[in-house]
Amino acid sequence: MTNKTRIHLINYLNKDIRYDGRKKDQYREISVETDVSKSAEGSARVKIGDTEVMAGVKFEVGQPYPDIPEEGTMMVNAELIPLSNPEFEPGPPSIQAIELARVVDRGIRESKAIDTKKLCIKKGELVWTVIIDLIPINDAGNLFDAFALAAMLAIKQARFPKLNGDKIDYKTLTNKKLPLTAEPVSVTVLKIGEHFIVDPITEEEKVMDARLTVALLKDNTLCAIQKGGSMPLSKEDIEKMIDIATEKAKELRKYLK
Amino acid sequence: MIMVYKKRIDGRKFDETRKIEAKVGVIKNADGSALFKIGKTTAYAAVYGPKDLYPRFMQNPEKGLLRCNYNMLPFSGSGDRVRPGPSRRSKEISYVTENALLPVVNLDNFPNAVVDVFIELPQTDAGSRCAGICAASMALADAGIVMKDLVGAVAVGIVDGQVVVDLNYDEESYDKGDVADIPVAIIPSTGEFTLLQMDGRIKKKDFLKALDAAKKIVPKIIEVQRKALKNKFEVKNDK
Repeated sequence: MTNKTRIHLINYLNKDIRYDGRKKDQYREISVETDVSKSAEGSARVKIGDTEVMAGVKFEVGQPYPDIPEEGTMMVNAELIPLSNPEFEPGPPSIQAIELARVVDRGIRESKAIDTKKLCIKKGELVWTVIIDLIPINDAGNLFDAFALAAMLAIKQARFPKLNGDKIDYKTLTNKKLPLTAEPVSVTVLKIGEHFIVDPITEEEKVMDARLTVALLKDNTLCAIQKGGSMPLSKEDIEKMIDIATEKAKELRKYLK
Repeated sequence: MIMVYKKRIDGRKFDETRKIEAKVGVIKNADGSALFKIGKTTAYAAVYGPKDLYPRFMQNPEKGLLRCNYNMLPFSGSGDRVRPGPSRRSKEISYVTENALLPVVNLDNFPNAVVDVFIELPQTDAGSRCAGICAASMALADAGIVMKDLVGAVAVGIVDGQVVVDLNYDEESYDKGDVADIPVAIIPSTGEFTLLQMDGRIKKKDFLKALDAAKKIVPKIIEVQRKALKNKFEVKNDK
């Protein structure tokens, strides 16, 4: 089944047409919205075509790690809930969920997007932990880019809750926003046969040879890369994919405002 | 950018790996096994199979399944004890390890079967997923699995503007300048990348330079892996 889909997709890609009529380097229509969950301290919804995801930020306080007593922590978690795709099953996180969470996490962590040094409340005793939860509402492909964009939007919108001693008063949000130093944007490029495409739909993801997710900063600095898929990539492939990602990141960055 | 990383912390040349030792056939029970040491990082790999795959619903009637399991032993981290059992990190590494090896492994003749690869690290000083992949690729060859080639893996990167190969923990956590850590695996006969990850901040130009450094150094690592396999399998002619 997937093999036939693959032949079909490649035949059309040879004629420069995609399954849904887009160009190879064209994203589906994107829309974003923030503050979509009033119970979260920050939240966002991103739609890329039929794909819809949500990100929520919650704050916690706790003890710092002993090796970084003056730094707060951040954590990204993704749950591929069965509501969004009949192929997802309830239960502990699948490898897909883990990879998604860790790739988004690295983009934010390695670009030092959140200045964790400014999350210290009392050295060695109390620091803020920022937890970013990512969930799909409808998975129609390209969760990597949708999650990364939603995470950044939620982080940008988030406001610290009020702190009473060492207890959080979640009902009272302050005006203080998270200390940010960078804004990474993530672009995933797929290789199918000899073709490179962005923003894959599920059918395209299923027949890919390889994928490269690239997180980029505004000045085109690369801050995280992850290869996926079971086929190898040449250096020329990688270079081409980074170029495509760099170009497309500029488009996606507009949605961060 | 001013380059301040003029000399490596452990005195190596920028394009020099740590000392590598490799050996196959180190675990008697396994169908294939290997030990791969690079500096202070030590990886064991054991291959069991091809054997029947259960539960049955996981079986693939077209070809055998390659299943990798990467694990750091509880006492193998430089800091706290590593909590036993799978973590998000180890699951992801197991997954990218499978993808790093799959392109060279042919399991077409083993429908409904599985080849299990267990990677265990008793001691680590960065580069553990790469050491694991090197060990696993040797263990698969040792087990007589049909392979197109070996796979060689190493972490390359940039430490404060300088391209380096085989970063150790001190370099990975260097805090006086930007660091980018790029674990890669390469098929030496084609030069293609089967593992590619990157953490840190790096410009495209430097990233490509680091990939070139990897393509240069991996054949040397492959040489060590190949030699270890030959040591076990080469027929010595007495006459």
